[in-house]
Amino acid sequence: MASTSPSRVSVEEAAGINVTAEEALDWFRKMSLIRRFEERAEEAYGQGKIGGFLHLYIGEEAVAVGAMAALRPEDDVITHYRDHGYVLARGIEPGRVMAELYGKATGLSKGKGGSMHMADVRRHLWGGYAIVGGHIPVATGLALANQYRNLPQVVACFFGEGATNTGTFYAGLNLAAVWKLALIAIVENNRYGMGTAFERVSAVGDVYRKASAFDIPGVKIDGNDVLAVRDAVHRMAERSRAGGGPQLIEAMTYRFRGHSMGDPQRYRTREEVEEAKARDPIACWRRTVLENDLATEAELQKIRDEVEAEVEEAVQFAENSPAPDPSELYNDVLVSE
Amino acid sequence: MSQKTYREAIRDALREEMLRDELVLIMGEEVGVWGGTYAVTRGFYGEFGGKRILDTPIAEEAIIGAAVGAAMGGLRPVAELMTINFSLVAMDQIVNNVAKIHSMFGSQARVPLVIRTPAGWGQLAATHSQSFEAWFAHVPGLLVVMPATPYDAKGLLKAAIRSDNPVMFIEHARLYGVKGEVPDAEYTLPIGVSDVKRPGRDVTIVSYSRMLHVALGAAEELAKTGIECEVVDLRTLRPLDMAPVYDSVEKTHRALILEEDWTTCGMGAEIAARISRYRFDSLDVPVERMGQVEVPMPYAKNLEELMFPDEKSVAQKVMEMVA
Repeated sequence: MASTSPSRVSVEEAAGINVTAEEALDWFRKMSLIRRFEERAEEAYGQGKIGGFLHLYIGEEAVAVGAMAALRPEDDVITHYRDHGYVLARGIEPGRVMAELYGKATGLSKGKGGSMHMADVRRHLWGGYAIVGGHIPVATGLALANQYRNLPQVVACFFGEGATNTGTFYAGLNLAAVWKLALIAIVENNRYGMGTAFERVSAVGDVYRKASAFDIPGVKIDGNDVLAVRDAVHRMAERSRAGGGPQLIEAMTYRFRGHSMGDPQRYRTREEVEEAKARDPIACWRRTVLENDLATEAELQKIRDEVEAEVEEAVQFAENSPAPDPSELYNDVLVSE
Repeated sequence: MSQKTYREAIRDALREEMLRDELVLIMGEEVGVWGGTYAVTRGFYGEFGGKRILDTPIAEEAIIGAAVGAAMGGLRPVAELMTINFSLVAMDQIVNNVAKIHSMFGSQARVPLVIRTPAGWGQLAATHSQSFEAWFAHVPGLLVVMPATPYDAKGLLKAAIRSDNPVMFIEHARLYGVKGEVPDAEYTLPIGVSDVKRPGRDVTIVSYSRMLHVALGAAEELAKTGIECEVVDLRTLRPLDMAPVYDSVEKTHRALILEEDWTTCGMGAEIAARISRYRFDSLDVPVERMGQVEVPMPYAKNLEELMFPDEKSVAQKVMEMVA
């Protein structure tokens, strides 16, 4: 059932999943938004307007955007700390995300979380967690709650390849497999845990093979191909939703920037980074869109202009927002009872 | 009123709350088929089934992590850590997730979770005989309850399960067989309220958990010599309710804190600091602390017996304070 329509690309014949022009442009817009948003955040960091750690997602945008495109709005998402991309891909207002980076009262977490702890629980985004691997058993618990309450949603748990060497990775996924929970583990393999190449510190170099420790399906995909991500996550999510238990996806990608700000990147060569940039997920998708006549150059340029304006608006919103009132210091520690 | 053991009181609290609210579930090592390592959940697996009584692997980070997610997702889990020693394996979950999630996401998520775990000892050697209550009481975002009597255990556990905040509920293995009066009617007790367990005019003894019973025993002996101790049971270690302690010190002008933990950076250090800060002028003698000898717990029975204050050594200390 190869598609002949110029507005649709057939990506999985058996399931008949196609991408519409509308989806194609939406993904281009969201990936561009994440990219531009983070470039501006980087600038703001340089100006001292954002403090602490700032872990940029630049180069990995296709994973968040492809995965969110496959998930339903009520599906639960829980992530590691390199988390700006997920909240933006889920459609959360960039202004509130930028305001959180600025530590402003209008931020997603009222300025109490910052870069590493983005959450929007109303939209089933259960937050970014900054102890590597520490949120994996929490994802298991979210999926347990869904199973217990007979809810149809799956939990998507994102983490980096570095987390797969932790005890919580093993303990969390083992329990999810024992209880046959609707959980998909999406491992973004950007090849380095901070500055240490994965193969130097992991006995098993292919993350997807670690799924065999739990006797669950594991697949390796091109994480820079937004469509491949969308399809894999969709397939795994539906299998999980139908009672198939947890699933694991290893999405191969690359982080164009350092681990955080101020990373001298002595652990990799400039050539390696340049080579990776040749597979830039946004450029690749742009090419696919144009080659398949899903949009014109002018339409894509219009989107980029709109994204530019949207990010500028987000920055202005953050700049103009008030800092948390000092009285807020004592709030949120406990639920008032 | 009925005579119940501490174990039965806790079991009744769990059972009543499970019957009251179907979102309450129990998870932990050996809580189901085995019936609980200390037999607290005996019979629950048959009564409530495997959906609500979840046996877990021996992986405390997964038990607590999964309980956190389940609590955020709308359930009211009671997670059991077989002993407080094993909480160390789950320390990241407890300190970084249980205690922080509500705050760091700006009140977007709640973690209505109870972690039940017993302290205790009995020739279990260095790694299985510890008391870490002060570690947890150190952390904002947690409530820490450590009851000494069946009545308090039941009422406080029911309150903990109903709380929208995370509660570390620390039991004591050597108290499970202790009996006490428990009302037949439904009741809960407020978390964060200390209780005067014995009135007295001469010396204030501040204690909690098993050491409370040592304090009461010493007070009984001292009464025969005409020395009247007022014994305050903290019951909750975070937040600390110091009002009954202050009231007592104003009357007795002497305070002894009795804990089972090592005293360095223990609960007694905090209580002594607060008494010194807020009732300095009431004190006739320095605040005293008694606790565990500061060495890792030895296995040999005769050495273990030397580790803790007993009624005799407490009475001796009180007599020195009034001399």
